[in-house]
Formats: sequence, C-alpha cells, structure tokens
Amino acid sequence: MKTVEEIKSAIEAAVPGAPVEIAPNPNPALPHSLRVAPECALAVAKFLRDDEELKLDFLSNVTGVDWPESLEAVYHLYSVEKKHGPVIIRMHTVNRTDQVELPSLTPIWRSAEFQEREIFDLYGIVFTGHPDLRRLLMWEGFKDHPMRKDYREPDDFEYEPTAHDEVLKRAQANQAVAAGQKESGAGA
Amino acid sequence: MSDTQSHSAILADRLEGWNRPTAIVPQNEGELLEVAMGPHHPSTHGVFRMDVALDGERVIRLRPVFGYLHRNHEKIAEGISYLASMPYTDRLDYICPITNNWAYALAVEKLTGQAVPERAEYLRVILGELTRYQNHASSIGFLIQEMGASGTPLMYAYREREKILDLFEELTGARMMVNYMRFGGCRVDASQGWLERTRKVVAGLAGFADEFDRLLSTNEILMARTQGVGVLRPELAVNAGVTGPMLRASSVNYDIRKVDGYGIYSRFNFRVPLGDHGDVYDRYMIRVLEMRESIKILEQALKEIQPGPVMDPKAKIRGLRPKAGEAYGRIEAPKGELGFYLISDGGPNPYRYRVRPPSLINLTVLEDMCLGVNVADVVLIFGSVDIVLGEVDR
Amino acid sequence: MDEGLKIELGKQGVLVTTIQELYNWGRRNSIWPMQFGLACCAIEMIATTMARYDLARFGAEVFRPSPRQADLMIISGTVTKKMAPQVVRLYNQMAEPRYVIAMGACAISGGPFKQGYNVLKGIDRYIPVDVHIPGCPPRPEALIQAFMTLQKKIDGQHLTGEDRPRHLNSEAQGEFPVPVFGEHDLEPASNPGVWPVPVVNKSANS
Repeated sequence: MKTVEEIKSAIEAAVPGAPVEIAPNPNPALPHSLRVAPECALAVAKFLRDDEELKLDFLSNVTGVDWPESLEAVYHLYSVEKKHGPVIIRMHTVNRTDQVELPSLTPIWRSAEFQEREIFDLYGIVFTGHPDLRRLLMWEGFKDHPMRKDYREPDDFEYEPTAHDEVLKRAQANQAVAAGQKESGAGA
Repeated sequence: MSDTQSHSAILADRLEGWNRPTAIVPQNEGELLEVAMGPHHPSTHGVFRMDVALDGERVIRLRPVFGYLHRNHEKIAEGISYLASMPYTDRLDYICPITNNWAYALAVEKLTGQAVPERAEYLRVILGELTRYQNHASSIGFLIQEMGASGTPLMYAYREREKILDLFEELTGARMMVNYMRFGGCRVDASQGWLERTRKVVAGLAGFADEFDRLLSTNEILMARTQGVGVLRPELAVNAGVTGPMLRASSVNYDIRKVDGYGIYSRFNFRVPLGDHGDVYDRYMIRVLEMRESIKILEQALKEIQPGPVMDPKAKIRGLRPKAGEAYGRIEAPKGELGFYLISDGGPNPYRYRVRPPSLINLTVLEDMCLGVNVADVVLIFGSVDIVLGEVDR
Repeated sequence: MDEGLKIELGKQGVLVTTIQELYNWGRRNSIWPMQFGLACCAIEMIATTMARYDLARFGAEVFRPSPRQADLMIISGTVTKKMAPQVVRLYNQMAEPRYVIAMGACAISGGPFKQGYNVLKGIDRYIPVDVHIPGCPPRPEALIQAFMTLQKKIDGQHLTGEDRPRHLNSEAQGEFPVPVFGEHDLEPASNPGVWPVPVVNKSANS
C-alpha cells in the first residue's frame, strides 16, 4: 500500500483544490493521519473509495474527539478487496460552541450512519447531509452532550453516606441550598 | 476551495450512492400498525427496541432504538487508568469477556510497544477459541429458541458452555468476568493439570458439534424458515461496515485473524468458511463451521504450547504512562471486528477511549434485511445478527 | 401448636396446619419469575435456569414473558435512566403479590458503573426491593440462595396484623409513580416514599 505522503499527493492530484495535510502521530503504532478540510471531504472520500489502487471500501470506525479548541471526527478506512489499511482521515469543526457542522460521509460509506448519530448525541457535532440525525443513545429530550470534557453530571449520587472530596463538597453545597430554601419558605 | 460545478456534481452523486433501502408500498389502504418490539420482549437479546410499522404481517418500516443499556463506559475510562479499564471491558460483550480483554490489551500493547511472551500468546489463543466456540453455540441456541424450539438446543449449548466456564473459573477465578489479560501477557499461568483438563474438554467438543449438526442442520422446519430469509448482498455488507460471521455468510472473505495475523494466528492451519447466499441459514451454518475450525485451532495450540513465562518481568502494568499518540487495536471477536481506539496524551488516563462495537455496526443493515418480510421473520433475522446489548450501547 | 405434637400426629396420618401455613406454602413453592434480563447478570440468570443449576426445582417452573402472569421480577443487570421508566411501568403492571429481587451490584446501587451519567444508582430508588444479591455477576448458586431467602420471607408473612403482605392491605401503595425523562436527568430523581435519602456525613475526615 502507498505511504501517507503518496496518498496525499494522489488525493491532491485527483481532487484539485482540496487542502489535505498530514497530522503526525508521535506514536509508531498507527500511520500518520490525513487532515481534510470539511468543504471537500465528500469528494476526497469518494476518491478514496473508488480509486483503483486504494479501494478503501470499508469504513471501520468513526470517532469523535473533544479538543480544547474544536471538536473532531476521525475515520478509520480499510480495504476489504485489497486487504490493506488503515488510512485515517480527520475533520475538525471551526469551534466548540456554535460552528459545529461537518459533512456527513454516510452517502459514501453506510457504516457511518449510526456512528455519526452517536457522535451527534454525545459530542454535539451536526453532520449535514445525514439521512436521519437524531440522538442514538440518550433519550430524545436530553439537552446536553455528555462526552464533552466540560459536562457536569447530574447530582444524583452525592447523597452518599460516605461522601468525600468533590462529592462531599457538592453534597454540602446542595444541602446548604436546600436549607436556605426551607428558611426562606418558613420565613415567607 | 471547491467551485460550484464540482459541488453540484457531488450532490448528484450523493443521492445516487445513498445505499438506503427502497421503500415498500403497503398493499392495502388504511393505516399502518405501529408496534414497538421491546425494550422488554422475550425475543430481543436484551433491552433493545425496534419500532416496526406493519401492514398486516409485512414490515413496511423498521427503526431500531438503542441506549437502554448505555453505561458510559467510554466516559468512565477517561477518568481512570489504563489498567482499571480492563474489568470494564469484560462487561462489553458479556458472553465473550476473554476476547474483549484481548482486544484492549492488544491496543495498549501497540500504544506502548510492549512485546508478549510466547506462552502467553498460546494461552490467549486457547482461551479465545474456547470463547468463540461457546459464543457460537449459545448464539445458535438462542436463535433456535426464538424459532420456537422451547429451549432444548439452548440447554445443550449451555451444557457445553458450563464445561468451558469451569475451565475459565479454574484458571482465572471467575466464570464470566475473567479480567485475565494484562498489557504484556496474561495474569496467571496455567498449570499442567489445567492443560490436561482442557485437552479432555476439547476432545469432547467435536462430538457436540456433530450432535448439533445432526439434530439441526437438516431439520426441515429450520430450513424452511431460514433459507432465503434476510438476504444481505455482499456490496452492501462491505459498505455498511458489517464484520464477523455475518460478512462471511455473504461470501466476503475477510477474517481479521488471517488479514492482520495478530498474535500467533499465522502459525495455525485453519480455513475461513464462506456462505453463498447471505441468508439466515448461511449465517447459522457459518457459525457451526467456525465452531469446527475453532476445535482445529485448539488442538494445534494445545499440542504446541511450551512452558515459559506468561508475563514479561520488566513490563510496567501499574502507573502505565504510554507515549503520546494514538493506537487502534482490533481482533476478530466472535461477533465481528472489535477494535479499541486509544488517544494518549502521555498521562496515566487515556485522553480518548473508543470501542468500535461490532454489534452496533452490524445492525446498520437490519432495516434493509427486514423490509417486506413477516414479523416472525424479523425475530429470526435479528437473532442471526447475533448482538449483545452491552456492546451496542457500551 | 407444639411442633413435636404436630410431627407425632403427622406420623399417625393426621395433618394439622393453619391457614397461614398452607397459604404461604402454596405461594412460596410456585413463584413464577418474569423473563426480564437487562445485562450480564441475565446470562447468569439464564444459566441458573439451565440443566446444571436448575431453578425449576424450586418452583420457578416457567419464566413468563408477560408481567401480568408473573410473581417475581429479577432485576438482573444495570438499570439505566433510559430504561428506568419502563422498569417501573412493568412493576406496576404486575399483579399482587409481587416480589423484586435486585440481582447484581448494578441493580443494588449502580455497581461498577456508578459514575455514569445514564446509570440509575440502584433500582430501589423507585420500587421496593425484597432481596438484594451482591456480586458482579453473582454465581447461579447465589441466585438460588436469594430465591430460598425469598421463600423464607414469604413463609414468615402473617396474614393479619401490621406486617401482612401488600395484597391483603387495602391502604398499601399499589401504583408507583413512573419517572419521566427530563432535560438533564429523570424527574423525579428518586421516590422518597420508597427510598429515604441518606444524610451526608458532614465531617471532612470521612
């Protein structure tokens, strides 16, 4: 199989004007990944799937990652016909708050369907062009995106008989609030 | 930087390569009957819900609903160390804890560059193939029970499973949640007595596979209900990311034990059975044939295993801080391709810990296979996908 | 009546008993569980009903799929917040007398997944539980032990008086409120009639 540099030049030759960079992996366990800009991701994906030498017809894994600056979707591609892989492509959103759209690669590889729904559910990345973007694992009315690093869990296990550290602080704060409400209720 | 011309061309292509199933037009006038099969249902393997819209008995639309067993495994793993995640991997695919442990240990060993001693590799193969055997036996047992056989094949399968679980308990201390693999080998060594007992059990496994075959494979009810039902085309299977026995039943030759050759699988002589039609009967037969191939691998491994250490003495287990970077370790679990994607930032806890669940991704094509069939066949098709909810929802 | 006298009479062919003993004997020897498995403990529950650790010899002859026909709900596995309303609804649909066994650490208190945002920290926050079985997963023998404990509990129930079972007590609560999905959590987070909220130990040294 080609190396990452060769794949990058093949993509740039086939899909003109597609900015593709190499995101290095400091660990030798996996090859370097290719960072693709969201605007041309569909064209790049179609090339990767249909190219005669690469024939990456099998999307194995779609992962969402939460970085301090942006959210990311990582795609692991293998080839069942040629039995080589993996080729890893990544896409970043613009920021974490309001510009969280990425193009969905479900039209190219159907296996992204449920995995992108899960990333939408747990991270909040909106995949444009997905046939059915709903929450997958949490219930429909749920408002948060739980896998983000700044998610605060609901206060349902601070009522511990042996609370300590953070849990104790949160439980004491909750009890102070409850006592304050009772006082103001009794006073009013 | 894409100009408008290529963008509209992309859109035109997008609708063409959509791979969505074509809609079925209901035969009669009137409303469709919407039934929620699950989450509490005798035939769904766990808490899984399918919203089916029926026209009489035919399925017009099927939508799976997940999340009833979402236990936040990935979020918990970000807060604890690498070693502490190992017992949680037992609880992913809870019928095959050994292979879950193996996939995770493989991913961390790739991340740290740790080598595994030979005896540990042999023990991993022996336990992994025993797990595959009992998983396929249980899966066939559950499938036949949903066909209406009232539990008798399941009783037979569980009889064999109990023998294998006795071996696990003797070696690791637990019947199910074994927590046996470590990064760089196995937790405890197997005694000579254990290997003898394993050889005796393996000698009996072939007879049980024959018994299953004789009783079930030519049964006319089984053949009438499963042949031609739930056909999955190979192109759709590959595009939808289906792996495991379901992919091989659609005649796609992709077995990660042969492709990646992880561990010492390249030393063993075994075949990869392929199906011709991709229906429920083929998936059943593939599982029976894979049981026989597992017995072959077990016999070879039990003959070749040599005494030695099972853990590298210089391997660092506690306080493990792998080098920053990513790793993806995948194995051929009994349900499909089970992979762990780890992003490390150099600290003791992983920055991102992702499980690639074979059961969830195999369910992508459930609607495709079930459109237009009767409700009773939906139960069979769903049983032949062979999912475990702990893996689907993690 | 004195036990020795009862046995003597029994040897002579005369059976002496009370309505309570007969009633409880019939009830405890034919508890039919509901086929309700959530997660890994369900596999051990199935193994308990298989040929090796046969549960049918204790009276659990068939596992009924329908809650209307079952006496016992074995909560085997983690109850998630998404599943909790269905569990409570199923419990409400069971007819009295009904019992609950919480099998495994997850059903008792959330178990190893206690830090999860989607995990209900114990099913006894919403419904009353009769027997708890620790373990992850508990062995089939432990489930049989729990079954026998439940049978002893039923045996000891008096038909009149304060501790009579719920179906003979017209003031006892029959319907338990079903939680609804809120925006961040279930609402309500627990049922105060069933689960008294523990008081947090305020000392920082604990």
